[in-house]
Amino acid sequence: MSSRIRHIASNTFREAVRDRVLYNLIAFAVLMCGASILVGQISIGIERLVVINLGLTAISLFGMVIAIFIGIGLVSKEIEKRTLYTVLSRPVRRWEFIVGKFFGLAGTLVVNTFFMAIGVFLALLYVSQRFQTADGWVLVALYFIVLQFLMITALALFFSSFSSPLLSAVFAFSLFVIGSFAEDLRGFAAMAQGATRWLATGAAYLVPNFASLNVIGSVAHGQGVAGTLILSETAYAMVYAAMALCGAVLIFERRNLK
Amino acid sequence: MKPSRQITLVASTLLLACMLASVLLLRKVDRLRSGATLQEVLYISSPKALKRLSLGYDGLLADIYWTRAVQYFGSKHFAESQHYDLLAPLLEITTALDPHLTVAYEFGANFLAPKPPNGAGQPQRAIELSEFGIRNNPNEWRLYYDLGFIYYMELKDYTHAADAFARGSRVPNAHPFLGVMAAQMAQHSGELRMAQMMWSTTYQSTQDRNVRANAATHLRALQVEEDVTNLENLVSAYRSKTGRPPSSLTDLQAAGMLREVPMDPLGHTYKLISDGRVEVRTPDDFPFLTKGTPPGYVAPPPKFLPSD
Repeated sequence: MSSRIRHIASNTFREAVRDRVLYNLIAFAVLMCGASILVGQISIGIERLVVINLGLTAISLFGMVIAIFIGIGLVSKEIEKRTLYTVLSRPVRRWEFIVGKFFGLAGTLVVNTFFMAIGVFLALLYVSQRFQTADGWVLVALYFIVLQFLMITALALFFSSFSSPLLSAVFAFSLFVIGSFAEDLRGFAAMAQGATRWLATGAAYLVPNFASLNVIGSVAHGQGVAGTLILSETAYAMVYAAMALCGAVLIFERRNLK
Repeated sequence: MKPSRQITLVASTLLLACMLASVLLLRKVDRLRSGATLQEVLYISSPKALKRLSLGYDGLLADIYWTRAVQYFGSKHFAESQHYDLLAPLLEITTALDPHLTVAYEFGANFLAPKPPNGAGQPQRAIELSEFGIRNNPNEWRLYYDLGFIYYMELKDYTHAADAFARGSRVPNAHPFLGVMAAQMAQHSGELRMAQMMWSTTYQSTQDRNVRANAATHLRALQVEEDVTNLENLVSAYRSKTGRPPSSLTDLQAAGMLREVPMDPLGHTYKLISDGRVEVRTPDDFPFLTKGTPPGYVAPPPKFLPSD
């Protein structure tokens, strides 16, 4: 990574911290503590299940909200504050700005997820009194969640490169919802006929497949995930994020900033 | 080449390459996921919980679950699977979310009940699904038909099949054949009187010539079966009383056990066989007979008489 991209990324991270993005950790901590204590009192045998399901779902949702709402403002806010002109007047290329912003927000989300993951494991320790071998799969689910963040961050940046913050948020959130039902979309496509089938199949492959990256339910039940699947999912998320970033770079390169 | 043009070229090439790679990777992920490292399991299996979680968008969610059920069965059936563990819960969730999605009940009757690989081999779940459908759609005659179909085809439970067809036949605008089926099932179950009643009702109420002829044929068969049963009982009683079997049916009349020798519905007398059985003289004229025919007799295809 070039030093210019690294600087933009670290500034984006610092800015996110200054914007009190990490304050969501407090809400998460309260949620996990409350859930752990409550679930221990009102349920029998599913404490671990509830903590994993609730914890990972909360991490995913908190992260998605951060990725979308910070991601959509990464470009537009810089234009609005006119700081973008200062950056681009230096020997910084537009694509480096986009890629740097991406890594900055991705880093913020990884740090955020790291602290939340500690919270989940502490809650697990509280309800189970000890860690189990199957708890290791929670790390895989967390890793898949981070992969989802990379994809949605790239998409938010893509929309942010040509649209207003409000519309970008709507687009990104819509894609998140559609992507969560991507496998159903392919099911609908398989049942269609003729041109509709081709269009639906094309759309199903174009939208991000968040459904395949969601293994929260299975790891909560202690089921493992194959190594080949982890590798393939990693490659898919990376490639998809790169695709969205390429789109963002292409648009941002041609955007008239005057 | 200008730097910006160079970047555009690189980014465009990369974009297309990534697009192609993402499709290929997604296909690979699909193959890997079907490799069952992630076992098939429904994480929210409670239809009620899902209905609450749908926040009122239960119609859309039902459509999604319906598609999932069809896809699930299709992919498993294609692979000639022996296990369809999720089919019943998927259909139960679908119908709980949208109780008026009658196609889901029909699908369940056809594919939940039959034995694998043609179905899930869960007739009881199929019956419960059909009953749920009937409770929510009491005027859909097809649901009663499906229920009777499961009882008849999978369980050979003629009594319940007859009951389901009979309930369906009372639904407004029900297909006339439901009454016919009800009577047929009752006949198989040995409930002769009920079968006679159902066939008589069908005969009197139907406007369809074929249904009417079919009912008449069944009524004649039922009459023969009733006569044969009664005559065989009398023959048995005669043997107990005199210590020898009767040589003909007139012996029964002579012994005061029979007021007059009965005729079959076509006007022929019954035959008394030496082993005490009673048979019709022209069994081919009585399709659907389950009694009163020679041993090993195979009935020809049913034929209706012009008078019917």
